Amino acid sequence: MREVAIIGAGMAKWGELWEKSLRDIFVESALLAIDDAGVDKIDSMYIGCMSSGLFVGQEHLASLLTDYLGLGPVPATRVESACASGGAAVRAGFIEVASGISDIVLVGGIEKMLDVSGDGATFALATAADQEYEVFNGVTFPGLYAMMAVAHMEKYGTTRKQLAHVAVKNHHNGSMNPLSQFPQKITIEDVISSVMVADPLRILDCSPITDGAAALILCPVELAKKICKKPVIKIIGSGHSTDTIALHSREILCELGSTQRAAEKAYKMANKKPEDIQLAEVHDCFTIAEICVIEALGFVEKGKGGKATEDGLTALGGKIPVNTSGGLKSKGHPVGATGVAQVVEIAKQLRGEAGKRQVQNARVGLTQNMGGSGGSSLVHIMEVL
Amino acid sequence: MSSPRNWREMPQRYRLEAAKCKVCGKIFFPPRLICSACQAREFEKIKLSREGKLITYTVIRVGPSQFVDQVPYAIGIVELKEGVKVLTQITDCELDKLSTGIKVKLEFRKIQEDGAAGIICYGYKCVPA
Repeated sequence: MREVAIIGAGMAKWGELWEKSLRDIFVESALLAIDDAGVDKIDSMYIGCMSSGLFVGQEHLASLLTDYLGLGPVPATRVESACASGGAAVRAGFIEVASGISDIVLVGGIEKMLDVSGDGATFALATAADQEYEVFNGVTFPGLYAMMAVAHMEKYGTTRKQLAHVAVKNHHNGSMNPLSQFPQKITIEDVISSVMVADPLRILDCSPITDGAAALILCPVELAKKICKKPVIKIIGSGHSTDTIALHSREILCELGSTQRAAEKAYKMANKKPEDIQLAEVHDCFTIAEICVIEALGFVEKGKGGKATEDGLTALGGKIPVNTSGGLKSKGHPVGATGVAQVVEIAKQLRGEAGKRQVQNARVGLTQNMGGSGGSSLVHIMEVL
Repeated sequence: MSSPRNWREMPQRYRLEAAKCKVCGKIFFPPRLICSACQAREFEKIKLSREGKLITYTVIRVGPSQFVDQVPYAIGIVELKEGVKVLTQITDCELDKLSTGIKVKLEFRKIQEDGAAGIICYGYKCVPA
């Protein structure tokens, strides 16, 4: 297996991009990545996208986007794993370069979610849950995560205020990210007095609906050392795992088994332990999710995620800053793009290009991207050479 | 809701039909073709009991389009006597008096309908026992 490097990372502004089409949103970020890498050819492309069919009525995305990116006949594949589509695309690109099949691979993620109404978006997102045994009965994604929150609060005593700390921290980080959809700083009071969506989760516990894309250029480390003018970022670990799609089929409702198993695989490949990780981008689709995720990644003991967040362990300047980009919560959550954008943030941080939110002397970073209520998870670990 | 899709699930939604693995005894709801615990492929058809307890719950305040006229409504995960868990609405209850651990029973109820001329879908909802 060849060693794989990230030599380009690109992401344009996320938000409600009414004036831009899906194809243009993608091409804009892909060109940023290509220019960042300074490459003049791409051998193959992977696109993470959850549901362009339901959001804009467009499938066969890989060919459309290759055409509009001017890459003509190169092979291209769309990858889908609900909200983990982007992470799954990163892994597909990693495997293709590692295997020796292709040298320079573009990995992109895209979702254009705001062409449909709120109802339309709820319907499309709900396809990431079990249609017949969850969605049929009237549950929503905030509802599923709310039930995980109730289980976590009951088992470990996690408090309403601790959940709010996740949102406050991530909006604080996002206020320093010019590409964030919602860069506003918020307070604990704002969160706990915002509109209730599914008890105990309120609107400020939820990530938004977003238009956006992100892209990476991968190549073998050996080639990167020759052509890359910036610090070379190596992907040292890649882990992927699945779980039951239905939340109710799991033994323990407030643990993310797929994340835990994906992390174990990534740590093993990277020969790293949780304490070696200096910063992480994780899937905070809801505040409770970040708490469960940092437990599953082994950053804190099970049940201590809420307390650790409240104590500032995961804040900028804390022991392991989590979601320095603003996370899904503030930066936005164009579902298929999220997993790719997480790697973009880690690459920028490890190169020292993160501006006001820079983590000093960061050498090892991790990303965790998750589909549905945890039915799929991808974990990647990166190190700057 | 397409009619084959609704019709196909009737044995589960109307009668709580489940599959019990003939080798290891694990129960699956809905039934499946291979046991995820022991990989056996032979099952016995059983009917789940309608009694259980509430494990976790929420109140949906912002609902999908087929359910907007029902908000706010409670949804929970119920563990039935056999150890099988199902996700279901909780009805005939006071929303602010719900708590985990309460005993519930599953009843046959209308779940959703597809506009004025579409299919009316039935299934199970739980009520405090």
